Amino acid sequence: MNFIYERLLGGKNGMIGIVILAALIFIVLPIGLDLFRLNLVGKYLTYAFAAVSLVLLWGYGGILSLGQGVFFGLGGYCMAMFLKLEASDPESTKIQSTPGIPDFMDWNQLTELPLFWQPFESFGFTLLAVILVPTIFAFIIGYSMFKRRVGGVYFAIITQIIALILTVLIVGQQGYTGGINGITDLRTLHGWDIRSDSAKYILYFINAILLFGVIFLGRYILTSKFGRLLLAMRDKEDRVRFSGYDVSNFKVFVFCISAMISAIGGAMFTLQVGFMSPSFVGIVPSIEMVIFAAVGGRMSLIGVVYGTLLVNFGKTMFSETFPEIWLFLMGGLFIAVVMFFPNGLAGIWEKHGSKLTGCIKKMQCVSAIKNYVGNKRLVKADTSGE
Amino acid sequence: MSLSDYTLAIEDLTVSFDGFKAVDNLNLYIDKNELRVVIGPNGAGKTTVLDLICGKTKSTEGSIMFKNQELTNLSEHEIVHAGVGRKFQTPSIYENLSVFENLEVSYPKGRSVFGSLTFKRTEDVDERIMEVAKEIFLEDFLDMEAALLSHGQKQWLEIGMLLIQEPELLMLDEPVAGMSVSEREQTAELLKRICKGRSVLVIEHDMDFVAKIAHKVTVLHQGKILAEGDMETVQNDPTVIEVYLGH
Repeated sequence: MNFIYERLLGGKNGMIGIVILAALIFIVLPIGLDLFRLNLVGKYLTYAFAAVSLVLLWGYGGILSLGQGVFFGLGGYCMAMFLKLEASDPESTKIQSTPGIPDFMDWNQLTELPLFWQPFESFGFTLLAVILVPTIFAFIIGYSMFKRRVGGVYFAIITQIIALILTVLIVGQQGYTGGINGITDLRTLHGWDIRSDSAKYILYFINAILLFGVIFLGRYILTSKFGRLLLAMRDKEDRVRFSGYDVSNFKVFVFCISAMISAIGGAMFTLQVGFMSPSFVGIVPSIEMVIFAAVGGRMSLIGVVYGTLLVNFGKTMFSETFPEIWLFLMGGLFIAVVMFFPNGLAGIWEKHGSKLTGCIKKMQCVSAIKNYVGNKRLVKADTSGE
Repeated sequence: MSLSDYTLAIEDLTVSFDGFKAVDNLNLYIDKNELRVVIGPNGAGKTTVLDLICGKTKSTEGSIMFKNQELTNLSEHEIVHAGVGRKFQTPSIYENLSVFENLEVSYPKGRSVFGSLTFKRTEDVDERIMEVAKEIFLEDFLDMEAALLSHGQKQWLEIGMLLIQEPELLMLDEPVAGMSVSEREQTAELLKRICKGRSVLVIEHDMDFVAKIAHKVTVLHQGKILAEGDMETVQNDPTVIEVYLGH
């Protein structure tokens, strides 16, 4: 019990942050927003998974990955493949020259389902693949780079190139991947229509619960000795190595975990938005994820959720109100945050939040004294009345 | 005395960087309970010797036997596991962590990924950290962020981070650099205490300090041993005087 309170909820201060965020996501937003906007928030919250993964990897581990979109995308594509196969039953694809395969395969003259698509008929396999495909991919990249002590800017550039390569691959292999359009027209999950209003609500809440799940996972990792080792490695990698740790193993592990977290977000994205395309895999979305983390505060698991929401709301609002210059406004926002608040929103909260809680405490004190004094007067009045 | 009686036996050790031999055919033997100081002018190869022992630099030729185990083909963390600890020239501590956390991270349990995830601060860990903190004069600073320590205290903390691993060979690269006079005296006491039950190899420039602590002194010059013996013999050796005063 104590363990849960101290480590996962982060004691009293961490608890307040969790409760406020939970109230916002589970109560305020679902009540305050119409379904269209709520669905939009749900979509943003799937990006928050990637932002949370960057807190572990970049904030604590000091490893900047400009390729989190790769893992987000792989998770999303795995889920999309399952949904697409379900949407492509022979009945609804009977006008195709080969019924029973996804429409884009038919357009590209494929006559049977490719081998690597076949296991995605099974939902169990798909769920496993959502987690394992990106994690194994991350393991291969991480192992081959960190064992050779590739790090810093080189690592960032290589992950960015991987994001580019994967996009090119997906776009180029149209018959197997749906190409630039992505995998679209996803309808049902085991016969359950994911486009219906009730499904949108349910998926929103599943997504939110999973998000809190990964935040708690992150808390667990960061409050363990592993978390302190991450900070130590960021600070003095050699000292950690010459204290008897195989530094590369730790880096590979945190990279794999961050890939897994991003992938869960990707799978939830596909379910809520109803399609997956290369535009969520490449360099631009990957950099945007870093921006979410930077704006929210890369050392704060909670802060980056706000960062993601704020940047995306900004994006929607600016692009609706100022369609010509909205990208400049976004850029301005990013520059302003990084220049004036290097620790992001979480940094602002830490700096001024304590003052705020101090104020509240003071007010409570004052009112307590007032009450006390008031009561005394009453008592006096009572006695004098006798 | 056979080789196996030494804690550390370095034989014919050579490392060459593009033809330049930073360490040239070096032989060095260190006993148990011995505190050896290596001195020598700048560029003599002192730090390189430590780099070679702890695996930071790979040797070109020769062998480093530590308790009859060859170190030259082990990786850095395996050498640490074998029982070798090394302090760097500039204090290498984790500035973002508290003194307590610095020592905890160095505690030799939970060294694998999963071990570190399930590592628990038990009473044993607490006690050991307190014990070491006392030894390095930092018991009142356990909760302080390490960045706020004075330069000398940072040096002590790094020594403590090694002590907590109970190495059998402790290598210190300029442990009193940047320390005040009283801090130097405290450090001398500390080194005399900790060399019991293990071997200590120190690199130092401060001759007063060397005279205070050294059992035996090795003078290194251009990657080779120039002289070896107790402080007095070495100080009166004409070749040593030549090297130190000659330029």
